[in-house]
Amino acid sequence: MNWEIVVGIETHAQLSTRAKIFSGAATAFGAAPNAQACEVDIALPGVLPVLNKGAVERAIRFGLAVGARVAPRSVFARKNYFYPDLPKGYQISQYELPVVVGGSIMISTPDGNKSIRLVRAHLEEDAGKSLHEDFHGSSGIDLNRAGTPLLEIVTEPDLRGAGEAVAYAKTLHSLVRYLEICDGNMQEGSFRCDANVSVRRLGSDKLGTRCEIKNLNSFRFLEKAIEFEARRQIETIEDGGTIKQETRLYDAERDETRAMRSKEDAQDYRYFPDPDLLPLEISEAWIAAVRAAMPELPAQKKERFISQYALPEYDAALLTSNRETAAYFEECTAAAGGAAKLCANWVNGELSAALNREDREIGQSKVSSKQLGELIRRIVDGSVSSKTAKDVFDELWAGASSADAVIDAKGLKQISDSTALERIVADIVAANPDQVAQYRAGKDKVLGFFVGQAMKASGGKANPAQLNEIVKRKLNS
Amino acid sequence: MQLSIEEVKRIARLARLAVTDAEADAMRAQLASIFGLIEKMQAVDTSSIEPMAHAQEVAQRLRADQVTESDRHELLQRGAPAVEAGLYLVPKVIE
Amino acid sequence: MSDSSLVRASLAELSAALAAKRISSVELTQLFLGRIQRYDGQLNAFVSIDPERSLAQAREADTRRADGQAQPLTGIPIAHKDVFCTKDWLTTCGSNMLHNWVAPYDAHVVQRLHATGAVLLGKTNMDEFAMGSSTENSFFGATKNPWDINAVPGGSSGGSAAAIGARLAPAATGTDTGGSIRLPASFCGCSGIKPTYGIVSRYGMVAYASSLDQGGPMAGSAEDLALLLNSMAGFDARDSTSLERPAEDYARSLTQPLAGVRIGLPQEYFAAGLDADVAKQVEAAIGEFRKLGAITIDVKLPNTSLAIPVYYVLAPAEASSNLSRYDGVRYGLRASEYHDLNDMYEKTRAQGFGSEVKRRILIGTYVLSHGYYDAYYLKAQKLRRVIAQDFADAFEQCDLIMGPTSPSVAFDIGSKTSDPVQMYLSDIYNVSINLAGLPGMSIPVGFGARQRPVGLQIIGNYFSEARMLNAAHQYQRVTDWHTRVPEWLSA
Repeated sequence: MNWEIVVGIETHAQLSTRAKIFSGAATAFGAAPNAQACEVDIALPGVLPVLNKGAVERAIRFGLAVGARVAPRSVFARKNYFYPDLPKGYQISQYELPVVVGGSIMISTPDGNKSIRLVRAHLEEDAGKSLHEDFHGSSGIDLNRAGTPLLEIVTEPDLRGAGEAVAYAKTLHSLVRYLEICDGNMQEGSFRCDANVSVRRLGSDKLGTRCEIKNLNSFRFLEKAIEFEARRQIETIEDGGTIKQETRLYDAERDETRAMRSKEDAQDYRYFPDPDLLPLEISEAWIAAVRAAMPELPAQKKERFISQYALPEYDAALLTSNRETAAYFEECTAAAGGAAKLCANWVNGELSAALNREDREIGQSKVSSKQLGELIRRIVDGSVSSKTAKDVFDELWAGASSADAVIDAKGLKQISDSTALERIVADIVAANPDQVAQYRAGKDKVLGFFVGQAMKASGGKANPAQLNEIVKRKLNS
Repeated sequence: MQLSIEEVKRIARLARLAVTDAEADAMRAQLASIFGLIEKMQAVDTSSIEPMAHAQEVAQRLRADQVTESDRHELLQRGAPAVEAGLYLVPKVIE
Repeated sequence: MSDSSLVRASLAELSAALAAKRISSVELTQLFLGRIQRYDGQLNAFVSIDPERSLAQAREADTRRADGQAQPLTGIPIAHKDVFCTKDWLTTCGSNMLHNWVAPYDAHVVQRLHATGAVLLGKTNMDEFAMGSSTENSFFGATKNPWDINAVPGGSSGGSAAAIGARLAPAATGTDTGGSIRLPASFCGCSGIKPTYGIVSRYGMVAYASSLDQGGPMAGSAEDLALLLNSMAGFDARDSTSLERPAEDYARSLTQPLAGVRIGLPQEYFAAGLDADVAKQVEAAIGEFRKLGAITIDVKLPNTSLAIPVYYVLAPAEASSNLSRYDGVRYGLRASEYHDLNDMYEKTRAQGFGSEVKRRILIGTYVLSHGYYDAYYLKAQKLRRVIAQDFADAFEQCDLIMGPTSPSVAFDIGSKTSDPVQMYLSDIYNVSINLAGLPGMSIPVGFGARQRPVGLQIIGNYFSEARMLNAAHQYQRVTDWHTRVPEWLSA
């Protein structure tokens, strides 16, 4: 029996504002417990929320980037439930009238591009954190995160299987970082996904009962959780059981999902418009100003790389997969004085491999874009061969200051002086009359012998292309 | 409208209020008379009327994205029932 | 000035006495603290006083006056309803939940009055979390009406009203969500105004029903109210519903004649249910306004009977959510014994809240719960608009609306505690003003049954406080009801 796995994703992206969404407390990660929880965040009696313009501005930016409608009027509502990390006993969110409606995100799949429809994106506040260790049977509550602005981005159930879900999550992750609305730090919880998973028999157009898996904070967990959950649902149904709609948690250590205890009660959130907050109105003028200041988006950047740098689509896609890589490439190309394709090869090849070996982000690269560009410039002008350049790169990675310094210090500069090379070749031709005769009798392979000898004589520094050229010319004359 | 004791207890549970059976029963009678009053609303046709959520129908004013608060957790935790290492303590939350 | 004349003096007179150095702020504060110590045992108008701190503030005020930095309210002792947060001072909201809570910050209103140099005289008793019409729902016991200690003072700002009625304080703050300034002002024979929603910041005013709550002054006369409102009102960026408007002098038109002012009399406010003794005094007062040159016309507020049902859906709904923060985690009461988190929540809230608060939390939770939202909450929001439209229509024809503040004079303590619906109906003429967001005030216009005070309600259009105060002041110039002090307290 063939099954189709249907997935919808809700992403909570923490917005990169300095202050919280409804208070003037800082949002920086890693402060001492409750050091960034002010009166408003801890919900003292009498305090009131005031909306941060920066959070709204980021929501507009997102809405424009995904081709959504930015609502001219949206409303904040209270979602009521009790939990120790929720100080007011309600979360300020948006319910009936969200700030961003519709839109779509294009993802790459093995079968080509696919458009994933978005239902909405709405603003809300994050909750605090419960720490369960070391408090003799108690949990400790840290409200530093409480009130951090979130954009909750909700898809239609358009994704099929874990692969597409991960492709979507990665694309969205790249987009929010391009837009500079979220730092995308998944370890710190800045970008968290919930997956709604259901299964149905292939060909069926009716959605199955879904389970929501909460708080998947890595692409790998997202993939694993969906795979496990789909398998669980399929097995349950094949064994004659039915799926109960519920909220589940992914346990990475056991690689399984299980029902969440705190969500066992039927939830009744009693949403209603927050009387402390008037309707949010966004003018056409504001939207236009945000649009004018929009950064270049990944898809636009890819197209530009293809046309401006004459790169193949594959290279352009790799380079624009995140903003930092794209910027590195452009700086590198500038420093190299062109040679975009060669730069692309180096960034996607040697550099990427070096980063992977040490599990580094491109921002933490030990070779700067300028250093790499200058090295590539030396390849282009014939100072070093590509092979030698790899050794220079390793020296740079190990801490050398510049390609030229390495080349000078190690005497790696290749001999491109044709007079010098001609002299070396002439000597070798003169010393090997037998081989010359063989070549002239049609044994082309002997060419390699001369090139090898000449290279050896130059101490490996001869420009290979040039040397080849001279050998051929001498033998043919 | 009459609420059952079970309904009163369900609502009390949603509102996190402990009620005994006797309290729920007493509450039921009072709520019945209050809802008797409230039911008068149902006689009016409001199908064409927009709800009114605020006394003044103006738009929300926004705050600049600026940090204005500093660390005052010691002061703010002075009246807290249970605190350790800057954290508010609660009975263990199990997930 | 003698003590007894100081006790009866208006704020303007006290200000003049301070300016002329006939008395110091310290002496004035001592005078009122002495009266509190002498009489409050019988009235229970105050939840907390702190003579040392009050006197320290009075000394500062005297210094400020000596330095020539005085404003009209500098040195005048003012009591705050215990719903306003006062830094380093108890703020209880009349609740066991907050019975020992010390606020770490001042409410906007407290800040503003402090900035003018007013002296904090004490915190006044109230119905728990401002829910009630009698100030019987306080963890600290009921407040008594100074005109008859067997009667309630009205609520929820009953402590402030009783303190002013008994002249234990020359002025006080109150809050009004559905009549909580006007009803106690009426029952205790003092003056009080609930301004247009959004004029007085709600920051630091502990929330009951956020879309209806509004702070306002209570005092002996309309003139005093204008002076107080000048200090209390004003934009506050910390309250999203605070209105950005140019500063106003609410006393600017006090002395204008009333000739030609059109007073609308809603027939629904004089219909069945209004006690005859109240009707008589209110009609007599309206007669005075006619003598002052005002014109009376009949207006209609046809949906008046819906106001109480709508209010008792919307206010409890907002309250049920506003009061969720009292969970025993970060401040306030926590039950002493519990076996898990939910048990802690449920026991803390069961022990921390009194029965009226629990009742409203349950009503509010119910009307917002799944399957009932449309029938109750949404319906009530729609009817809120219908009620507001009634006033808009009425104000097409008149400048002010007048009627009784309550259908009866103050009732006996304990007489309505077992019948919440009867209690709620005390505010039948009040709640619609909050629903519409309009300003409303109550001034004393005589005495009804058992010599208990009767209040006249004056309702204005949005932002017409100055005109309302003008009308009230003109009435108070030709009558003396507002100067009466109960016999036993006049010494």
